[in-house]
Amino acid sequence: MHNDIVTFQLANGLKVLLKEIHTTPIISQWVWYRVGSRNEKPGIRGISHWVEHLQFKGTKKYPGEQLDQTISRVGGMWNAMTYLDWTTYYETLPASEVDLVLALEADRMQNSTFDEGEVNAERTVVISELEGNENEPLFHLNSAIQAQAFQLHPYAHDVIGTLEDLQNMTRDQLFTYYRSHYHPANAILSIAGDFNTADLTKKIEHYFSDIPVHSGDSEPILQEPLQQQEKQLEIKGPGDALYIQIAYHAPQADSREFFILTVLDSLLAGPSPLVMFGGGSISNRTSRLYQALVEKDIAVSVNGDVQATIDPFLHTFVLTLNPTADPQQALHTFDDEISRIQNEPISKQEIDRAIQQAEAMFAYGSENITNQAFWMGYSNIFANYDWYRNYLQSLRSITSTEVQTFAQKHFSAHNRTVGIFYPTPQEEHNAK
Amino acid sequence: MRNKNSELQNHLPNAQTIRRFQLQNGITVLAYSNMESKSLTIIGMLDGGSAWDQPEKLGTANFTASMLMRGNEHLSFQEINDKLESVGASLSFSAGTMNTWFQGRALVKDFPMLLSLIVDSLTKPAFPEEYIARLRNQLLTSLIIRDQDTTERAALEFDKVLFKGHPYALPVDGFTDTIAQIQRQDLIHHHSSYRPQHATIAISGALPFEKMEELIRTQFEQWTPMGKPSKPSPAPFQLVQSRTRIHIPIEGKSQSDIQMGTFGPSRTASDFYAAYLGNHVLGQFGLYGRIGRSVRNKAGLAYYAFSSLNALPETGSWEFNAGVNPANVEKTIDLIVDEIKRYLQEPLQQEELEDSKSHLIGRLPMSLESNAGIANALLSIERFELGLDYFQTYADRLRRITPEQILEVSRRYLDPGKLVIISAGAKNEP
Repeated sequence: MHNDIVTFQLANGLKVLLKEIHTTPIISQWVWYRVGSRNEKPGIRGISHWVEHLQFKGTKKYPGEQLDQTISRVGGMWNAMTYLDWTTYYETLPASEVDLVLALEADRMQNSTFDEGEVNAERTVVISELEGNENEPLFHLNSAIQAQAFQLHPYAHDVIGTLEDLQNMTRDQLFTYYRSHYHPANAILSIAGDFNTADLTKKIEHYFSDIPVHSGDSEPILQEPLQQQEKQLEIKGPGDALYIQIAYHAPQADSREFFILTVLDSLLAGPSPLVMFGGGSISNRTSRLYQALVEKDIAVSVNGDVQATIDPFLHTFVLTLNPTADPQQALHTFDDEISRIQNEPISKQEIDRAIQQAEAMFAYGSENITNQAFWMGYSNIFANYDWYRNYLQSLRSITSTEVQTFAQKHFSAHNRTVGIFYPTPQEEHNAK
Repeated sequence: MRNKNSELQNHLPNAQTIRRFQLQNGITVLAYSNMESKSLTIIGMLDGGSAWDQPEKLGTANFTASMLMRGNEHLSFQEINDKLESVGASLSFSAGTMNTWFQGRALVKDFPMLLSLIVDSLTKPAFPEEYIARLRNQLLTSLIIRDQDTTERAALEFDKVLFKGHPYALPVDGFTDTIAQIQRQDLIHHHSSYRPQHATIAISGALPFEKMEELIRTQFEQWTPMGKPSKPSPAPFQLVQSRTRIHIPIEGKSQSDIQMGTFGPSRTASDFYAAYLGNHVLGQFGLYGRIGRSVRNKAGLAYYAFSSLNALPETGSWEFNAGVNPANVEKTIDLIVDEIKRYLQEPLQQEELEDSKSHLIGRLPMSLESNAGIANALLSIERFELGLDYFQTYADRLRRITPEQILEVSRRYLDPGKLVIISAGAKNEP
């Protein structure tokens, strides 16, 4: 397996990253666009995700279902994801079919039709996806937390959007958004797998070089001012389980503080999986918060989450409480652990353990070709490939003093938003 | 297509590269050396699932499996998890209806430690009272959450109706009242049903065969067979005689879930592959096949709408699922039934059948990219007697199947007038 990559940029601005891996005769191609919910305005909340859906509805060359049929019939798997900072499309399939997916992604970078009928059929599909999310208490809690935590920055809003905007957006708004954000200078192409770099480079030039750059509206993103005081919220919904979510403003991915936070989160709540899919996870039963909350019968589970984002986002903890536990007692216990990490010495052994866990997760997450291609593009969204290449080295350089100093600043009460989901008994709902 | 597929097949595990051997205590092992990775994955299966549970203590098998890592004769809960987590390894035990399962993963250097933990957990669990109480609370909370989950509730009711009288009708994780009844002695008693004789282990990862075999023998041959394995004798399955329609009301939900279907072939049935291909055209190919085109693409009713075959050792189910707005439940059911009727009217078009065949054949290498994917596939090879050359014969098995065979098998299983149709969610009344 080759460990290095080839990077170049086409004259139209398309950034390309290639990594030859010859273990299996397959390739994985990812096209990343620097557009996500962070680019949305009032009235078009959810447009990035809806555009992603419409990118599967065809071009003149590959109309409607033919796109899907073309990839599927060669045994390929393909999909797309939209997040705060990005939208990405990927295909993993036999290496012999690389021309097919290069042609397809080059074509839909500029030629998607956004047929009016397809737009309206997909409107209800996206609304159905939103309704599925709304079935989950934690979706409501998380949405409320984000909305409270951010006053100016668009990270306040869910990627899926709002029902009102999804009901009212027009085909022209969607198409204009697509034309503004889908062009080579706003995209990253990453391919890993069984190919010859020189041959593939020629193919990429053939398919992508002639795609023009569109001038998109690139209004600056409003930066979030420092939070001045702790925010608290409560929401109620059907169910019997009580959840607490605690969110702290967190550093952006391309900062040293992000790596410190990664170690800190691992000490408190166990290591988070590196990739957003696959790779698996390891348990967190020896983490400080599990020991304090689950082993003391206050919570039945506790999880931490850190996301790699362009701008400062949120470091969150979710506690699912034991039905007999008092939420205030749970919060008190949580705060005791925060205070302990801020004030008591952290052993080198504990830091080393977090690094070892990260090393194992890193090894698992890098084992397949799809993940290798994922990382080349993903790391370029918020930093560059060196961020990924040096990931373990960056973690290994973190000292216990740095972790503690950061914890003292990061875990201040005015930096957090606390939300509690209170379940309402079924009969209360039936009475509505 | 054939040449490209031949190239892909050369890379797949085969009779020469999979090693199958038996331990002195009767455990069957399938191993694959994958030196391209940095880790190893081990998956194991033994007799003992919820079919062994007393009805008033349903959930005992699952409770027992979950207790295995909460202390054994050598190590405490804390020590077990410290060993695993400090090196980023993972291990879990779970129960199904007929079996108890384990799955673990570790970097190469930590694999001996992982094997030692598995064997100690399987053979010398301590069942400490403190952790029984704690786990009971955790299980009860998960059941509370399950009660509010539309997908889970529809699936539970579907199994209850379709598999009436058989252990498949009951949830492996039990109910709140049955979990409350389970005592330490019940866990010890269930654990005593674990036997090595019918256990199967599959391993894939970065060790040479010789080293894998040595490690496995050293650890697992410590497990001494005790007594004859015993298996419950479940009642025979009862055929569904008429359409069943049930709605489970769960208030406050934006989306309802539909689960409908009937019996399907077992994984070892001779007609399995014909049904598998037919189902792929019906509700899998591309974005959910014909069902997806009708319910999602044309009607725009659902984010997901698909069909699947759940093929078990003794039987199977042919299921249709969708998540829709409560107002669209009946309309979606009608659309799915219409698609089933159309599917049963005439043989599949040759082109759509060829599309599904080439997709299923082409994606095989992708499913075998990771150690977990390989280990799972090896376990299925043993469990369903597929043969060590399964990946080499897979393409031909599919290519031989004709539209007429698919129509015949589909008509045998699917009858639109005898479907079990369940929905769970707000308000909607059938």
